[in-house]
Amino acid sequence: MKIEFLFWRECPSHPEARALLDEVLAARGLAVEVDEHEVTTNEEAQRLSFPGSPTIRVDGRDIDPAGASARPALNCRIYHLPDGRVSPVPTREQLEEALLQ
Amino acid sequence: MTVGLGTEAPQFDLPGVDGQNHSLDSYSDAEGLVLVQSCNHCPYVQAWEGRLSAIAREYADRGVRVAAVNSNDVANYPEDSFEEMQKRASAEGFAFDYLFDEPQAVARVLGAERTPEVFLFDRDRKLVYHGAIDDSRDEEGVSQQYLRDALDAVLSGEEPAVSETPAVGCSVKYR
Repeated sequence: MKIEFLFWRECPSHPEARALLDEVLAARGLAVEVDEHEVTTNEEAQRLSFPGSPTIRVDGRDIDPAGASARPALNCRIYHLPDGRVSPVPTREQLEEALLQ
Repeated sequence: MTVGLGTEAPQFDLPGVDGQNHSLDSYSDAEGLVLVQSCNHCPYVQAWEGRLSAIAREYADRGVRVAAVNSNDVANYPEDSFEEMQKRASAEGFAFDYLFDEPQAVARVLGAERTPEVFLFDRDRKLVYHGAIDDSRDEEGVSQQYLRDALDAVLSGEEPAVSETPAVGCSVKYR
């Protein structure tokens, strides 16, 4: 399993998202190395199809496919909660579901 | 650098999504003026904007006016264009004014760094509270109502017990 964690430093959500990812991996007993990468320019955001920070991909699949097609840019990524609210970090359930696929 | 407590409110004259221009003078009757650095695209803003509308509604009868100001660079963030601001304000039913600071002048004078970031000015238009709306982007996790508490203090002629908190959110997108 390959996990990529892409982030933009100006958005403050990435430490929380990374901690959540590590929690979920530990809870599942998955000793997977996370490939963490800082996106620093708009050109790089375009090249990596980076729809916002943080973006997490498991074996190349975005954990939130609905949000993966957003315009690549250096910004904070929008995640939609099951109840319709908006969050700058994914839910634990989104991460768990992505790891199960 | 962000302005300090006691600083006078900046002069401005900005177009609002309601089709009217709004200046500092147009809020001259307000007992308290809340300027919130804001935008469309930021998830932190979107997480808080419902609560900001609730505050605008609940304090309107007490003479408080709330204006969100979007100063972001629309060349790189077209989601924050004036047209998109109008669409979002209409779709979400904002209860506050939503102003477009295309020159980024208000953001620069205030030294705003985040969206959302609150600047509360009292009756004399001196800054009396700066920072976050409350202490949690997740509404269910709120334990401290910073802006409401500051407004209650201002309306009682007192200084807020908490006058500065860290604003948590997206960066202001300066050119």
